Amino acid sequence: MKLVEGRVRIPSGCAISGIISRDRRKFTGERIVESMKVMRERSNGLGGGFAAYGIYPKYKDSYALHIFYNDSNAKRECEAFLNEHFEIDEASELPTRKIPEITDEPLIWRYFALPRPSRLAASQLDEREYTARCVFAINARIDGAYVFSSGKNMGVFKAVGYPEDVGRFYMLDEYEGYMFIGHGRYPTNTPGWWGGAHPFSLLDFAVVHNGEISSYDANRRFIEMFGYRCALMTDTEVITYILDYLIRHVGLTLEESASVIAAPFWSSIAKKPPEERERLTYLRTMFPSLLVTGPFSIIFCFEGGMMALNDRLKLRSMVTAEKGDMVYVASEECAIRAVEPDAENLRYPSGGEPVIVTLNGGKDNA
Amino acid sequence: MPNYILPDFEVERRDDRCIRCRVCERQCANEVHSYDEENDVMLADELKCVGCHRCVALCPTRALKIVKYSGTFRENANWSNQSILEIYKQAESGGVLLSSMGTPNPCPVYFDKILINASQVTNPSIDPLREPMETRVFLGKRPQNIERDETGKLNNNLPPQLELSVPIMFSAMSYGSISYNAHESLARAATELGIYYNTGEGGLHEDFYKYGPNTIVQVASGRFGVHKGYLDVAAAIEIKMGQGAKPGIGGHLPGEKITEDVSRARMIPVGTDAISPAPHHDIYSIEDLRQLVYSLKEATEYKKPVIVKVAAVHNIAAIASGIARSGADIIAIDGFRGGTGAAPTRIRDNVGIPIELALASVDKRLRDEGIRGNVSLVVAGSIRNSADVVKAIALGADACYIGTAALIALGCHLCRTCHLGKCNWGIATQRPDLVKRLNPEIGYKRLVNLVTAWQHEIKELLGGMGINSIEALRGNRLMLRGVGLNEKELEILGIKHAGE
Ligand code: SF4
Ligand code: SF4
Repeated sequence: MKLVEGRVRIPSGCAISGIISRDRRKFTGERIVESMKVMRERSNGLGGGFAAYGIYPKYKDSYALHIFYNDSNAKRECEAFLNEHFEIDEASELPTRKIPEITDEPLIWRYFALPRPSRLAASQLDEREYTARCVFAINARIDGAYVFSSGKNMGVFKAVGYPEDVGRFYMLDEYEGYMFIGHGRYPTNTPGWWGGAHPFSLLDFAVVHNGEISSYDANRRFIEMFGYRCALMTDTEVITYILDYLIRHVGLTLEESASVIAAPFWSSIAKKPPEERERLTYLRTMFPSLLVTGPFSIIFCFEGGMMALNDRLKLRSMVTAEKGDMVYVASEECAIRAVEPDAENLRYPSGGEPVIVTLNGGKDNA
Repeated sequence: MPNYILPDFEVERRDDRCIRCRVCERQCANEVHSYDEENDVMLADELKCVGCHRCVALCPTRALKIVKYSGTFRENANWSNQSILEIYKQAESGGVLLSSMGTPNPCPVYFDKILINASQVTNPSIDPLREPMETRVFLGKRPQNIERDETGKLNNNLPPQLELSVPIMFSAMSYGSISYNAHESLARAATELGIYYNTGEGGLHEDFYKYGPNTIVQVASGRFGVHKGYLDVAAAIEIKMGQGAKPGIGGHLPGEKITEDVSRARMIPVGTDAISPAPHHDIYSIEDLRQLVYSLKEATEYKKPVIVKVAAVHNIAAIASGIARSGADIIAIDGFRGGTGAAPTRIRDNVGIPIELALASVDKRLRDEGIRGNVSLVVAGSIRNSADVVKAIALGADACYIGTAALIALGCHLCRTCHLGKCNWGIATQRPDLVKRLNPEIGYKRLVNLVTAWQHEIKELLGGMGINSIEALRGNRLMLRGVGLNEKELEILGIKHAGE
């Protein structure tokens, strides 16, 4: 039996990288692939993936659903569900390139879709929540179907393989976007399933993560109270849901969310000026079960930018750098130098210190 | 009437060591030892011995040993000595059997069948001597939503919280059931440790008002000692609905223990029995509880969290869910193995369920209903060491109450005769000559030492798991594994079996 994500918890070590143009200048996915390639040592070929933003300008107002199907039965069942809940503008196979390094691929389909207005109105939910719940429903209930990307004007591309091979397989060089993140995985078991690769994504949020969090079950059991189901049992999944909950449901800012999940130690809080102390004490007291402990470095992306964050002890490496309007974040400096030899302002953010990059002229928050 | 009772113990005195100093005689409130002047020999009436080891500890020449009585009835796997003796006692007295402290019967201790995880390779363990390791917790209600002012600044909309430096509190033990010096030791230790002690249902001696910021005052069915000043001085108010050692019944403090001081604290006449009814006579249902919760909140201007304490009984998950919706800030659950100053033996040994199972099912129910974040959960009922604390928190508790463990730190030898009022260690007694044996100056330090030691151990265990804040352990059941538990037990505890 293969050990499948969701049935067992599979710890991994990883490589992550992120590139953003603050001026929304488009560049191809080749750069993120190049950046990941030099960190091959940090992956073991058992999972790689990317998220790309701004790649579907033609359908920018529709939800781009990327779905893995185990077989045509799952596809039929899922499409019936989709037709019931969405108006579908276009359905097609996601373009891929046959390469020997990537095998055993499932059926991979892409749909540009919008909620059916009558259904949406009946649900009394906003459009995003409606879509999120449909995604949960498919992933939980339709056997053999898995939605791995559900944002607007963005897409996730992932597979079992080394990141650079996954990039070639999905022809990332042919996509143009203003922000990309990449992930290479080093799992300790053999996940046989493509859905288990990263990034993990919900709506326009996508997360890549390197680490193994020790607070996993405390976080999971708390967040599941709010309708999330951590089906994959991965850290990335639970971190994505925590951020989605704090940002979209509670209404915290990115910075406040960072102060919840990588909260400063009480001893550091005691040294802050009174107003800051009060704010941080409030956040820790209000959301104690969303504190994430153990090593992690994450890049969290949303339509308007990204946030990079380390665990509060900085138990995983992470570097940031800039060049002009470009900002780079990666597990290792070499991953930045590989695509921008002249990178400037190289920084190693301290544990718990969020690095938030937003688009010029965009809103400041997710 | 003939008395068929056998002694529980034998007193072994080594005559070659005994110097006839008569310390044992003076120290034993049960009057076991006596001196035969004529023959210059120390005698012992073993029937009176409760096995408290006071004489053993104080004998200057270590001449004494208290051993289990070796005589036995004809062996019988069905009729144990204990069963037979209890029948003799009841045939003689016609009364209900009374006992003290938690049940001594071999009931399953799930804590002992749960093992804790540690990090290897894939994530690092953390050394608490080198890195910060946090054990602070806040207990109280959490609102559903955040609020901001017009400038977007977060408003502090949190209801009152209890801040604990370590998730351990001293559980309810009333002044009356335990001594003034025991109370003073608990109050001072709680203050020094940054935790809380609990007055129990006996009111609060005026000398202890100064420890108010670290005091939880109890409002029980007898309403002894409850008045405005009592509520105002406290950090939190606990409504006692039940106790793990005696679910479903009230309390009875015999008149002998109602001394001048105790009578003032309880607001009842000297020498009268203090009887707490089984139910609160103004609470016959959940909506009545809600009224009491809010009356107490009104009386204290919503400045103090209200705790509702219940015994772990079969339907505890539904009960706790009801309490969570009654306005309570904190739910305290006291398990089957919990201690008591006095309880009917049959009730103590047969009513209720173990705290581990109660905790696991309550935590799960509150999560299933999406309200676990709204209340804090404190558990009691035989928390014996720091590992029990860690396991309880990983199962889902916010904090633990310790009672018996605190008394043992004060010198209690678990002789289980608190109800006799002659505690030789100065704890469960009001006799001035006995009370003064417990020096609160030393007592409080021993309590501080105990909790500090547990805190160190908790940090070590957390560090091993790669966790640096106790908050990330709460409900973190993946950190636990069962050994020797059946499927059903694992399912209720919500943990996997070791090896899985
Ligand atoms: S205390 Fe010890 S030495 Fe003193 S009389 Fe008793 S048995 Fe003898
Ligand atoms: S408190 Fe005193 S009487 Fe009660 S068990 Fe402990 S030593 Fe015995």
